[in-house]
Amino acid sequence: MSAYSDLIPVNVLTGALGSGKTTLLKALMRAPRLAGTMVLVNELGEVGIDHHLVEHASESTLLLENGCLCCAMRDDLKTALKDLHSRRACGGIPCYERIVVETTGIADPVPIAYTLLAEPVLQHHYRLGNVVTVVDAVNAPAQLDRFEESVRQVALADRLVLSKLDLAGAGALDALRLRLAALNPTAPVLAMDSSDLDPIDLLVTDVYDRRSKSREVERWMRSTREAMTADDGPTGHTGPHPVGDGSHPAGGHGSHPTSIAACCFTFEATLDWTAFGVWMSMLLHRHGDRVLRMKGLLNVAGVPGPVLVNGVQHLVHPPAHLDGWPDEDRRSRMVVISNGLGREEIERSLHAFNAIANPAPARAEAITRGRNPGPDFTDPGHGTARPAFPARH
Amino acid sequence: MCSLCGILGGRGHWTESASSPEVFANRDEAHTPGRERQHRTRILNVVLGHYGLSLSDWTAGKSVLRSATGRSTLVENVGELWPAAERLAGRTLDPLDPALLAALAPPGSGDGPGEASRR
Repeated sequence: MSAYSDLIPVNVLTGALGSGKTTLLKALMRAPRLAGTMVLVNELGEVGIDHHLVEHASESTLLLENGCLCCAMRDDLKTALKDLHSRRACGGIPCYERIVVETTGIADPVPIAYTLLAEPVLQHHYRLGNVVTVVDAVNAPAQLDRFEESVRQVALADRLVLSKLDLAGAGALDALRLRLAALNPTAPVLAMDSSDLDPIDLLVTDVYDRRSKSREVERWMRSTREAMTADDGPTGHTGPHPVGDGSHPAGGHGSHPTSIAACCFTFEATLDWTAFGVWMSMLLHRHGDRVLRMKGLLNVAGVPGPVLVNGVQHLVHPPAHLDGWPDEDRRSRMVVISNGLGREEIERSLHAFNAIANPAPARAEAITRGRNPGPDFTDPGHGTARPAFPARH
Repeated sequence: MCSLCGILGGRGHWTESASSPEVFANRDEAHTPGRERQHRTRILNVVLGHYGLSLSDWTAGKSVLRSATGRSTLVENVGELWPAAERLAGRTLDPLDPALLAALAPPGSGDGPGEASRR
């Protein structure tokens, strides 16, 4: 089986209708360094075909039996990607190195992520790359107020690209930047018209690309540190970010209010990977529909460098690893972008689960005496675990 | 693909270190899949015990999840575990539930059952 880093990245280009996705795509396609990029668009647009290949996919979504909206398999994308891979393997098309999927304006990127991570064939050939969201500097404030899709597109992004900067006033632009940082502090905000807009940074650099993951992690750590410092100063903790004057949630205050916001926290103790997996899988099972994004840089017991985890709603990428820490700070840190989950309850829960893996002597003794509900330390390889009485609520 | 049942094999659940050898290959401690599995089962049983459930190894990498009333089901990984546990328990399982966290808290930490009322 291929290592996750060796899979072909599928980047998602999204943004509201008229935000400038196609303009950005055309600019990217002119970049010589992005030769070998396959582009999938939803309909025939004005994208010029140069050294890139363009395929077209209609939007049809297959809802899976469990009915979870974020776990809707994109049937069209699945078919298109399988077909592309077959043709690539047969030599029918050039050997592309990455894919860009341009979505419609109201598309939710999560079903695309689900398709890549959960489809039994695709997961062996493709992985999710960057979610690049184009944000219209003029219309975004109103869109974020009115449309939850716009909020989700920002919250799920790995890169935010601001368009129409020349049409937005300086004050409005500053307010928008604050709002974007509140929704998604880890995504760099880039200017579309700027000469600094690096095509490689948009579509190649990510935490799974071996050549660039250190740089990506350093940037990620810097942004979380800034977000935490901005909110709580020296405590190193942060709650949901204030937006503008702090009088309304980051998600919006119009006809579709949401309480989507990011929270960041650090974790002093070394994490037990197994306990962390139990905790995060349980959290995403119960609250995945409210957790838009979860990113963590973890100090895992027994692993010499930091471990990166990256979750999108109910989905989690396979963890990635760095050989060394970017600086002297060895604390684990997490960013959770959610709709209404509080930092303190998340943090407290993680502490409790991590403590199960390393019980203090007093606790181990209490567990042995059956004080704690469900303290089953029976050998799982033999015997049946002893059920305990359920706690009353 | 399994040659007997024809089921396509996936990458393995992300929580299992065997599914990410590039991350966990160089762990600086004696680490085997069996030991990790035992460790996971132990942690899960502490959590599941709060809901009157228990987990034990079965075979072929699967586990048996049992309720206090004797109902049981097979699960392959923690991804399958949580929906199955909610079915057997007849309630939602929430890692943020204060009652669960109080039950998990070490004695004397001030967070355990009855600790708050003693303060």
